[in-house]
Amino acid sequence: MADLFIGDDTADEIEIAAVAAAVGTPTAVVRESERLVYGGIHRRRDHRHLLLPALHGLQNAKGWISPGGLNHVCEVLQVPPAEAYGVATFYEMFRLDEPELGPETTHVTHVCVDAACQIAGNEELIAEFEARGAHVHRSPCLGQCERAPAQFHQGIGRPDSVPADAVEADTVPADAGPADTVPADAVEADAGPADTVPADAVEADSVPADAVEVAVKIPQQGGPSLRLLRNVGVVDPTSLRAYRANGGYRALARAIEMGPVAVCTAVADSGLSGRGGAAFPTGIKWRAVAAEQGRPKHVVANCDESEPGTFKDRVVMEQDPFAVIESLTLAGFATGAENGWIYIRGEYPLATARLRNAVGQAREAGLLGDDAAGSGHSFDIEIRRGAGAYICGEETALFASLEGFRGEPRSKPPFPTTHGLFSEPTAINNPETLINTLDIVLNGAEDYRSRGTERSPGTKLLCLSGRVSKPGLYEVEFGTTLGEVLELAGPLTGSGTLAAVLMGGAAGSFVGPDALDMPLTLEDTRERGTTLGSGVVMAFTDEIDMVAVAVRIAEFFRNESCGQCVPCRVGTVRQHETMVQIQAKGSLSAQRRSLVDDIAEVMVDASICGLGHTAASAINSAIALGLLPEGGHDDDH
Amino acid sequence: MTTTEVSVNLTIDGQAVSVPEGTSIHMACESAGTPTPTLCWAENLTPVNACRVCVVEVEGSRALVPSCARAVEDQMVVQTDSPRVRHSRKMVLEFLGSSVDLSQATDLAEWMRHYGADPDRYDQPDLPAERISEEPKIQDDLYIRDYDKCVLCYKCVEACGDDAQYTFAIAVSGRGFDARISTEFDTVLPDSACVYCGNCIGVCPTGAIQFKTEFDMRSAGEWRPDEQEVTTTVCSFCGVGCNLELHTQDDQIVKVTSPADHSVTHGHLCIKGRFGWQYVQPPTRR
Ligand SMILES: Cc1cc2nc3c(=O)[nH]c(=O)nc-3n(C[C@H](O)[C@H](O)[C@H](O)COP(=O)(O)O)c2cc1C
Ligand code: SF4
Ligand code: SF4
Ligand code: SF4
Ligand code: FES
Ligand code: FES
Repeated sequence: MADLFIGDDTADEIEIAAVAAAVGTPTAVVRESERLVYGGIHRRRDHRHLLLPALHGLQNAKGWISPGGLNHVCEVLQVPPAEAYGVATFYEMFRLDEPELGPETTHVTHVCVDAACQIAGNEELIAEFEARGAHVHRSPCLGQCERAPAQFHQGIGRPDSVPADAVEADTVPADAGPADTVPADAVEADAGPADTVPADAVEADSVPADAVEVAVKIPQQGGPSLRLLRNVGVVDPTSLRAYRANGGYRALARAIEMGPVAVCTAVADSGLSGRGGAAFPTGIKWRAVAAEQGRPKHVVANCDESEPGTFKDRVVMEQDPFAVIESLTLAGFATGAENGWIYIRGEYPLATARLRNAVGQAREAGLLGDDAAGSGHSFDIEIRRGAGAYICGEETALFASLEGFRGEPRSKPPFPTTHGLFSEPTAINNPETLINTLDIVLNGAEDYRSRGTERSPGTKLLCLSGRVSKPGLYEVEFGTTLGEVLELAGPLTGSGTLAAVLMGGAAGSFVGPDALDMPLTLEDTRERGTTLGSGVVMAFTDEIDMVAVAVRIAEFFRNESCGQCVPCRVGTVRQHETMVQIQAKGSLSAQRRSLVDDIAEVMVDASICGLGHTAASAINSAIALGLLPEGGHDDDH
Repeated sequence: MTTTEVSVNLTIDGQAVSVPEGTSIHMACESAGTPTPTLCWAENLTPVNACRVCVVEVEGSRALVPSCARAVEDQMVVQTDSPRVRHSRKMVLEFLGSSVDLSQATDLAEWMRHYGADPDRYDQPDLPAERISEEPKIQDDLYIRDYDKCVLCYKCVEACGDDAQYTFAIAVSGRGFDARISTEFDTVLPDSACVYCGNCIGVCPTGAIQFKTEFDMRSAGEWRPDEQEVTTTVCSFCGVGCNLELHTQDDQIVKVTSPADHSVTHGHLCIKGRFGWQYVQPPTRR
């Protein structure tokens, strides 16, 4: 302990209590640690992984992280203060300077500034809040694009909440029509201290079953063709009993009968590929982890969902949380991993509460723990919240973040299957990928392959947003065309005609109206130079100022770059500047155009991770489609 | 390195090369007489492969590969001068030159000329490219930190932490273009964990961290490296036997370094060896 230098600032009682609540009492902490335990893997283990929960505790208690509070955490967890400061300043949800909040302030209102909300009147909403003296934070995509303009309340001394969750039971969200009206709850939300109902606080266990039954969660609710979404809005998401009564945990039981090898075979034979964006074959990943012996192993559900335009995982976690828990348990069984982790983005309070509730009930029922579900295999799940950083969805960054370090990706190889969480073998999957495996195990690979196409078997969740009248989460078979999907989401809103569709989010690309005949499969989208990515389908009409949209996409990458490597740290800034120049000058000159290409090339070629590799993609496609004015002026440079 | 190692055969720019297994592509290039620019790499630190100035093209790999961190493989085909490699290296240098002060990063100037980097092309008369803009931090009499010159190579963080000193006085804070090397809450150094070993000074490639003597002399226009002499000696403060390199100008010691390949120090020292020539006393706060 002698080695750790900690400054003079001390924590107050509120902060000490908040940290204790977040990390437990510090009895387990190694206080006599020798200098050398800080080296290597030991620094990653011990209690360092509790740093993020502890910082959340401080932030929530006071609305910021004070020097005294940080010192206290460093002492409890034996983390050098400079490093803890480096970690805290990495995240959007943490403040390290004292905000000017009145003592009666209950929350900071985050309002989304990304594309779907940008074209749905978010600036008007922000102006309205600010006029009323609310504390507003301009946030990247909040994962509620179907409710644009979206909000999230970061609580101070009370839980975080989402206004839409508090009222969802008796309003009809999904197909209520164009999203550009200010929602009633938004108007009332900032009126005074007493008004905010911390949604998840009252929510977790107490939603009456019938209220769930009537609420419309998704446009296709209860439809006969639904597989991944069949429980959504139909089965009480807070009740293990209800989940089991509707077939829940049958897949895990079947998996245990089959044994791990046969489960991996079924998943491999099904052709299931990852739904987090990279489409890597899940069977190969699971088998690789299953083959690793002699070290602790992990399975991780990557629930960081922060790709602008994406909200599918949120809906699944909120409305069918037991399916996520069951499928993660199944993944643990198939790969021989004893440790399950859920890393969920910090702005998802309802999903977090529902997952916590589900883990608790599963544990109580013996479906987690030693001999989980009678499998003879020990398996349990820990839930960790992110704190606002898109990059932490990148798998190696997620591991670093979870371990209590800055969410900086690392070069691959080595891959997570051998060097994942705590440098141990890890299978990390998107929750949509995971819940697919329930169907595969229960009905077999052949049945699974009867849907979708040869090379893209199964169904896909799609996040419809933008200028469509029924925004929301849809499930379709792979191979459904883009035009058919847009038709499902109803006629376009406003008076314009379709100008472009953003596929796969900010990391994806725009396609024009000529792509409506494109079958939505991995192979067809690739062939047409676009991507399904995380399932974003965002519609833009010709009334929309696409330059402003491009400026914001560029700003998103600039803000979200971790800053580690030069091509992305500086390249995203220079790219943003060129977009601002279009806005200032009215068009992109030939000379600036070549600069844009030069910047894109180095980001694609030399960046460390996927963020840098894709940061120029949407903008390049917008230029190629002629969505941004070109020519005109030339620089006097 | 012992001589019993397995060797690996590869080609670099068409030339057949054979090096011991485990060698990095960068070292293989050096041994083949193909110099490679590096910035975040140093022989006495763990590679962080963050700067990407050393990238090469490896056949079969979609993206370019950081040569400093990737080990050679048998039958690897490496290109160090392809159009893609030249473009990426040029852009990395341009990006740095357009955002930080590289005037004291002497190695880089040559490479910038070599690749034709033009950092000024990002500026427009009415829309200048954003730069890192920081005032020098002068907080004691021993050394200064001028993050205007920082390329965020992580070397000082590594030298202060896991790779040498285990003090962890400084770390990267913030994110993206706003990322900075910092103490907790940007506390002044004398109030931080810093023990003034000066190892961060020793590894900084751009002069962002430098001896106060050097900083003052440069400010006064009196810094004349060409006239400086370097004398090697063994530190007399304790019995460890650290090699010291005393840099003198006009018979005055102006800074102290230690060779990175020295078996005892690996380039790292303590406050006595590094600053003992001045006086051994706690640093004074400005
Ligand atoms: C910048 C960036 C952000 C990412 N965000 C997510 C995310 O939020 N959720 C996710 O599942 N995968 C995300 N990924 C992909 C993951 O790195 C990883 O490929 C995925 O979690 C693997 O799961 P899968 O095979 O089931 O898709 C992201 C990748 C990058 C480069
Ligand atoms: S590409 Fe960007 S986000 Fe990825 S490591 Fe480099 S700086 Fe960080
Ligand atoms: S002088 Fe030594 S202890 Fe101080 S910051 Fe530099 S490396 Fe760390
Ligand atoms: S201060 Fe120097 S050593 Fe430290 S990161 Fe910046 S350039 Fe590198
Ligand atoms: S919530 Fe606004 S774009 Fe997703
Ligand atoms: S020297 Fe290789 S990445 Fe920096």
